Amino acid sequence: MSGMQRGLSWLPTALAAGFVFLYLPILLLILFSFNDSRLVTVWAGFSTRWYAELLRNERMIEAAGLSLGIAAVAATIAGVFGTLAGYALARLGAFALRPLFALLLLVPMVLPEVILGLSMLMSFSALERLIGWPAERGFLVVALAHATYGTAFVALIVEARLRGLDPAMEEAALDLGAGPLRAFLRVTVPMLAPAIASGWLLAFTLSLDDLVIASFVAGPGATTLPMLVYSSVRLGLSPQINALATVLVISIGLLAYVSARRGAQRRSLST
Amino acid sequence: MTAAWAARARTGFVAPVFLWLGLTVAAPLALVFAVSLGESTQGAPPFEWSLTLSNYALVFSDTLYIGAFANAARIAATSTAICLLIGYPMAYAIARAPERKRGFLLFLVILPFWTSFLIRVYAWMALLRPTGLINSALQSVGLASEPLELIANEFAVHLGIVYAYLPFMVLPLYSTLERIEGSLVEAAHDLGATPSRAFWRVTFPLSLPGVAAGCLLVFIPATGEFVIPDLLGGPDTPMIGRVMWLEFFQNRDWPVACAIATLLAASLALPVVIADRLRATTR
Repeated sequence: MSGMQRGLSWLPTALAAGFVFLYLPILLLILFSFNDSRLVTVWAGFSTRWYAELLRNERMIEAAGLSLGIAAVAATIAGVFGTLAGYALARLGAFALRPLFALLLLVPMVLPEVILGLSMLMSFSALERLIGWPAERGFLVVALAHATYGTAFVALIVEARLRGLDPAMEEAALDLGAGPLRAFLRVTVPMLAPAIASGWLLAFTLSLDDLVIASFVAGPGATTLPMLVYSSVRLGLSPQINALATVLVISIGLLAYVSARRGAQRRSLST
Repeated sequence: MTAAWAARARTGFVAPVFLWLGLTVAAPLALVFAVSLGESTQGAPPFEWSLTLSNYALVFSDTLYIGAFANAARIAATSTAICLLIGYPMAYAIARAPERKRGFLLFLVILPFWTSFLIRVYAWMALLRPTGLINSALQSVGLASEPLELIANEFAVHLGIVYAYLPFMVLPLYSTLERIEGSLVEAAHDLGATPSRAFWRVTFPLSLPGVAAGCLLVFIPATGEFVIPDLLGGPDTPMIGRVMWLEFFQNRDWPVACAIATLLAASLALPVVIADRLRATTR
């Protein structure tokens, strides 16, 4: 080991510098959300007035409610299709058109969001011409678009988890006479629950965070939280946005931490 | 597992997902291509079906579009290289850290990915503005007499891309570096290789699949990036993702926007194929 450390003593310093780069801007943002001044860069004493203003901002509260609802529906749809897709990839071997199947799952993860957003609007618009729905692109349309995006990420997590699980349990259930659906629902899904939960959480946060796809597909009646934040950020900096950013960063950070801790515990229990 | 069960399971599990992916991924992309062959009109939706290549002719004849493609590729490539230079030592340090610490260090890399992209870009706006924190700090210690132009230029776009996409570089690098056997590197040392020679002849070549994956995960989305050039960039170097956005939202020219999207998707398929080949040869 000592041989490997030779000439590499600067590595921990580089890592620490990288973390300072990643975290310092966010920490400053949080610090200035408690600033008593309207100027975002001059410290004028501690205050929580921007949080109070944020709570009184009805448009912001309404947009947050809309975004949370969309994220929950999108993550649930993505959870269903993503779990089925991950199962197919990990357990069903070489089914017909498997390369196409894998490609269609990869595309939403790698293509730039502007292309995804445009493509989804084109299909909702064509659908409206064909069958008259969706005439007003609101909650459900944005949720469906986000579910498309989330499916791929859920599938990735579920597939990785299934590859680490012994198929013997599922085979035993089948040998004992359970049908494929029953074996899947009673044996596979419970074993996969932690993976499905982290996939759901990832799809939820991706939806909550998305600006580009929502901007393309949403009609004038549906303004999600990132769309509102984007339009106010374009007009200039505002301490209210700092307060909102702090709330989002801390709540999502806690969720991510809890999910990572639970994942680590499961792993240490299963090995 | 019996053959009958396997056949039923295949249809039961694969068919619904195929239908979903066909409706939500394949059909929309096919429609983008179809609309790119259409003609722009004043109606709603603002195009007519057609089979014209005039939108592509426009994109190829106007230096605005070609220039925006070139800018995007160049800025994404340099940002990817900077990400690699910063991310490789970070990933290597985590892979060499004591095993009980790795989980936490990795969590610190992933956490920014979970926090809002828009807010991370906004954080840099607050730092880089003429009246922002960096400029106030520089002026108060007398290092600058007037505000430096840190925002609305290419520098800020590079910074934003590196900041936003660094975790995508570190994660695949870490997962290949972690799997490289310490004994191989030790053998190189025992055979008299200097640390730098051991690194460049053993560790680095073995980590190339991670390098390729990390570079792709940064380069592809960065090329089509909209938010970063919009909020941190200036008017001098338009990037294609933002040009396409404006074509759609400001000019309401759906066919040209779709032609740009088709060309962008097609050109991004190329690096994926190259990386796939690279991975196949290094295995």
